[in-house]
This record gives sequence, C-alpha cells and structure tokens, in this order.
Amino acid sequence: MGRMRFWGSATMLKGATFGLAMAAGVLLAQSGAEAAPKTAVTVGMAVEPSGLDPTIAAPVAIGQVTWQNIFEGLTTIDRAGKVQPQLAESWQISPDGKTYTFKLRQGVKFHNGVAFDSSVAKFSIDRARGADSVNPQKRYFASIDTIETPDAATLVLKLKQPAGSLLYWLGWPSSVIVEPKSAADNKTTPVGTGPFKFVAWAKGSKVDLAKNADYWNKSVSVKLDTAAFRFIGDPQAQAAALKAGDVDAFPEFGAPELIKSFEGDKKLATVIGNTELKVVAGMNNTRKPFSDRRVRQALMMAVDRATVVEGAWSGYGTPIGSHYTPNDRGYKDLTGVYPFDAAKAKALLTEAGYPNGFTFTMKAPQMAYAQRSSQILQAMFAEIGVTMKIETTEFPAKWVADVLKAADYDMTIVAHAEPMDIDIYARDPYYFNYKNPAFNDILAKVEATSDAAEQEKLYGEAQTILAHDVPSLFLFVMPKLGVWDAKVKGLWENEPIPSNVLTDVSWAE
Amino acid sequence: MTKVLRRPVFFIGLVVTLALFAVALLSLVWTPLPPSRMNIVHKLKAPFDFGLLGTDQFGRDVASMLMVGAWNSLSTSILAVALGASVGTAVGVTVAMRRGWVELVVMRGCDIVFAIPPILSAMMLGAFIGSGRFTAIIAIGTFMVPVFARLTLGAALQIWTRDYVMAAIGMGRSKAKITLAHVLPNISNQIIVQVTIQLGLAILTEAGLSFLGLGMPPPNPTWGRMLADAQTFLGQAPWLALMPGMAIALAVLGLNMLGDGLRDLLDPRDDS
Repeated sequence: MGRMRFWGSATMLKGATFGLAMAAGVLLAQSGAEAAPKTAVTVGMAVEPSGLDPTIAAPVAIGQVTWQNIFEGLTTIDRAGKVQPQLAESWQISPDGKTYTFKLRQGVKFHNGVAFDSSVAKFSIDRARGADSVNPQKRYFASIDTIETPDAATLVLKLKQPAGSLLYWLGWPSSVIVEPKSAADNKTTPVGTGPFKFVAWAKGSKVDLAKNADYWNKSVSVKLDTAAFRFIGDPQAQAAALKAGDVDAFPEFGAPELIKSFEGDKKLATVIGNTELKVVAGMNNTRKPFSDRRVRQALMMAVDRATVVEGAWSGYGTPIGSHYTPNDRGYKDLTGVYPFDAAKAKALLTEAGYPNGFTFTMKAPQMAYAQRSSQILQAMFAEIGVTMKIETTEFPAKWVADVLKAADYDMTIVAHAEPMDIDIYARDPYYFNYKNPAFNDILAKVEATSDAAEQEKLYGEAQTILAHDVPSLFLFVMPKLGVWDAKVKGLWENEPIPSNVLTDVSWAE
Repeated sequence: MTKVLRRPVFFIGLVVTLALFAVALLSLVWTPLPPSRMNIVHKLKAPFDFGLLGTDQFGRDVASMLMVGAWNSLSTSILAVALGASVGTAVGVTVAMRRGWVELVVMRGCDIVFAIPPILSAMMLGAFIGSGRFTAIIAIGTFMVPVFARLTLGAALQIWTRDYVMAAIGMGRSKAKITLAHVLPNISNQIIVQVTIQLGLAILTEAGLSFLGLGMPPPNPTWGRMLADAQTFLGQAPWLALMPGMAIALAVLGLNMLGDGLRDLLDPRDDS
C-alpha cells in the first residue's frame, strides 16, 4: 500500500479527471437514451489475419474472423466444445467405422446465391485433401479414400481406416464448406453460407460484416445488423479503445496486468474463460543434452509452474503436466509427475553426467508471454546451474523457418492453439524430434475406435507418457481474458476452438 | 579551478557524469540485491516498500537493475564511441593528408554511412550475426565514424595551412610524421569535446536498441528494456517507467552539458 502514500496526489488527479469524463459520458448517454438497442458490434483482435480463407493458411486469426460468421462446416463445434450438426443434418457411421453417410441440409444458399448440395461438399473436401492443397490440417483428410454423391442431399465418405475424430475435425475452421466458383477469391472476398456476409476489408484496420438476411437456419435469430473486427496489437491501445467505447469487446485481451484496471468500471465486464492455448517450452529431443530423458526431467523439476504463471501472466492461467488442457475430454492432472524440486533436479542432472550444468540457447518469440516465461525459466535454470541464453526470434516468419520447419534450435517456447493437438508429438517430422513408438501406437488406436470412453482412456495414457518423457516443458494454459461492454450478450466465455462466433451476440436493452 | 566554477554548465555536467561513472563502477562490486534474482512474491512493490526503488514484474530490485544497467549502457556506449572516434579520426587525418580523389571517395562514402540510422544497421546486422552487445557496438560505432571523420578532416585541413606546418614541410618532413607530431595534438581538444557529446548520443541510441530488443539479451538489465517492459505496467507501477527514463535523460543531459562546458573551456579563442 506504499503506492498510495507516494502517488496519492496523482491518484486524486486521476480521480478528478475520471469524474469529469464520467459526467461527460452521462450527458452523452442521455442524449441517445430513447434509442432502440444497438445492432452493431465492433470486436477487437490483437492480430490481423493474413487472408480470410481458413482452408489455405494456418493463422488462427483467420478462423477468428470467418469461422461460423462467414463460413460453416458439415459439422460444427459448439461453445462447450461438442460436435454438432450444421450443413450436414445427420449422419450414419457403418459398424466397421469406415463409411460415413451424411444427410445434407436442403435450401442452403451461399452469399452469392449458389445453392449448397453434395457436389459442393465433395468439391470442398477434395480441395482440402488434394495433392496441391495447402490446407493447414490436410492430414486430417488423409484417411478419406473416396467421396461419393449418390444424390444432391447425400454425401458418402469411404475411409481407408477408421478415423474416430473425423466428425470433430470436420467442424474445424480449416474444414469449412466453400463454393467452387468463389473459392479462389476467398482469401480477399470470402463467400460462405454463414449468418454474416463479408462487406469490406480495410487492410491494417478492420473487416466489416453485414447480416445475411437469407440465412438458412431459421431457428436462430441474428440480432446484429452489422459487425466489425478491428485489429489493435498494442495492449495499451486495446485498453484505451475499450474504455473509450471504440471497441465493444476484446474477447482475447492482450495484457493480463491491465485486467485489474478494468475492475470498478461498471460499463465493462471482465470474463475470464478457458482456452486451448498450451504454453510449452519445446526441446530438440535429438540434440544433446536434451536427447537424455533425465536432462529433460531435471529441467521440468527445476520449474515452479505456479511462479511462471504469476510472473508471466499475472497469475491468470492453469499449470499443466502434459500437452492437454483441463477442458479437453479425458484430461488427467499430471502436474505432480515432475513437480518443482530444485534439489532433485540437480541430483538428476548430476546422474545424467552434467554436475556443473550446461549452456544452451532459447529461441523465444517476441510475444510478451514467451519473453516473460523465458526470463523466468532462465532464472529457475540458473538455480540448478544451467545457463540459458535467450535469443529473440521473430514470430511467425523467422520462428516458422528456424524452429518449426528446420528444427534448428535447442529450446523454444510457444503457445499451441489447436484443440486436442496431442498428436503433434506423433508427427514425423515435427520440431520436437520426439520419437516414441508406444506413444504413436496409442494415438493410432484413438483413431481406430469411435467409442468415446475408450478414446478418453487412450488420451489419458498418451498424456501420461508425455508427462514422463517430457519432450517439452509443459507450463500452463492461458486463460481467455475477455473484456467487453457489460451490455453485450452472447459472446463465448470459453474458447474450445479459437473463434469469435457472433451468431448469438446481441445488446441488452 | 575558479575558471571551472565560473561555468555552471560544465560543473553540473561534470558532477552528473562522474556520478554516473561512479554508480556504474560500483555496480561491478556491489548492488543492493543481485539484479537478476527474481522474487515473484514481491513483484511490483513501490519504492521504499521493497528496496530503494521498488521491484519490477518479476520482483527484481529496480535499484540494482538501474545500477547494472548504467554499467551495461556506459560500457557499450564507450566502446562504440571509441570505435567510431578511432576509425573516424584515422580516416579524417589520412584524407586531410592525401586530399584529391581520396577525399572525394571517402567523404561520399561517409555520407552514405551517415545516412543509415544506427537502429537500421543494428537490425540488419542482427539478422546476420544475431542481436546483442557486439551488434549494438558495431552499429553505433559505424554510425559515429563519419561524424569524427568530418570533424577531423575540417580541423586538420586548417592545421595544414599553419606556418609551422609549412615550415615542417619545407624541412622535408614526411606527411605522416607531420600528422602525428603537429596535426593530431592540435585537433585533440575538438575530438575530446566531440567524444563527450557523442557518448550522450550513444547512450540514447543504445537505450533505443535495447527498447526494441536489439541490445544486450536478458538477464542483463538495460535501461531501454526496463522502459519497454514497463509499458503495460504504467498504470499499476509508474516508477518502473519513470526510473529508467530519468536515468537515460539524466545521463544524456549530463554528458551534453559536460561536452558544451568542455567546448567553452578548451576553446583557445575564449581567454577573456
């Protein structure tokens, strides 16, 4: 409370200014008090997407503008993370799990007037799985052998082997249905079947959407007439835009340390939800000394996850013990497998042949969470005699080239955004260079069954293997720091998949 | 001494600069707390609440970080200016000695180097050899080369017209010997003044590079990065931005005042 003592006069001044601003705000609000509820919303995002076609590029920002607003899929993922029917009304799976028969919805039209039918669905999936496809999740379509369209309302997928997660994958932003004639231009002028139409994209500033009056789903009533996504990278500017009312909502606010400054502001609601953003410090598992499992385990024990969360993200976040979040199905809390114990860490390091520690380089992206977490890890490793140099590596371009593609690194740190992506540790090549046949086996079994309980048990086993092998240092799950106008209703509190679904958004009276 | 006291600008500059050097040197042997020790339980404490100047977002002692930051900033700047001054002076006096097409080529080359701001060259250099202290020294030093080259060229050309130089030429002394024996000693005052002023500029540039993440990597504290890190904490912990900001301003101000004072003091025309 020493702060009050020293900055009392400044606080009073701020109070007086705030009072004036409030008075002005009240006057302004009264002048328009009798108006009907607003039908426009401006949603803020930290990162501007590179294009607007989620089927050709990986950045999650693309889906966060377009998914469920402009584009829809055969299936969708609801706010609880469950698979729901969308452009496919229903489906049947053959007993051997290798034939999926979808009954498609009739009367659905794209924003350009073209009707949706089985040929359009076949086109979309063929485009995503084709030889020259650049779909970011192309491997999810690899199990599909042939696609048949017996009639306009039926789509049959014949698989090479069972794919237990296929329906879930079909709900992803990268699996949305696109229309053949307009598909090539979706990057700049997206055309979908969703409740909003694309209007304009002012590069560097915002994307405008307008209500699709002919939306097929009459069971939802879209309350918004227009919506805009505005891109503001700097957290200070994000806070200013929210306080000034230039932006109505920031579903993923950028700076946890600024969240407290919204408390006491009755106009704004602060909603802390969960996400799939797993912050992990990946190691190059084939490079010495990380090729020794004991070294990786020792480094894990040198880390006090709670302190990392406190220091890097102001205490907002949940420690994890494997590449899995508490909101994923079949989650097991494995933070106790290698808990913080510097003495044990040092002993294990000695056993592995590094009694005096070693020196390595951390390639850390420039984002605040990565920079701060690296500095905390650096201090923690120093306690067990390990010297970590930090090299800031610009994300995405340089990081993707150096780490993700070339795997030329010792350790790195990044938040993995995709839900249920524990299978990245089974991929070869992938930047961890982690190879464990037993682990790959379990993930193959997950796809071979469509029994949810069995899948969850297998996911539990997979998590346990990773917690013991420590291919990455599993740190924490980032929360979704949502800040929005208290009158805005219907935004997702949690983020089972990166998105900004506006279908149910409305303004309270 | 009375001459010194009659010039308050010089005097204040000298005191501030000496204090800066004293703090920087002291940090080599003593700081209140280890500057990179994190104590997250005590994060964002106000000045006097914890330590002299409070703590940052990781619970590190701001006073200790400022002290070590002073050393990091000063040592980088001194090396950069030393590089710029030695290369620049060598270039300047050599050109003054040779004249002709050499002068044309070298001075246009200097113009080109001068046109590239140090932040830009640090970024380019960083892309090749990685950013860090070495990159910062090279980038700032390179930028200073033309400054010293121009200064010494102008000053040396004047010396070359003096009678005693003419006499030396007449006696058959080599140009290189004349440069060492007559030209350099007579332009050293101007070089010293310029070094002081450029040192202030180098500190400012180093802070800028660190602010952008192109300076010394963590855990070495630098004033620029402290300032950058403080941005989002401005509302909660304004001292985190104020302290390094004031340190940079004070250091630059002190060196500039010292430079101005030195110029007055060493100017041979002002003997009244």
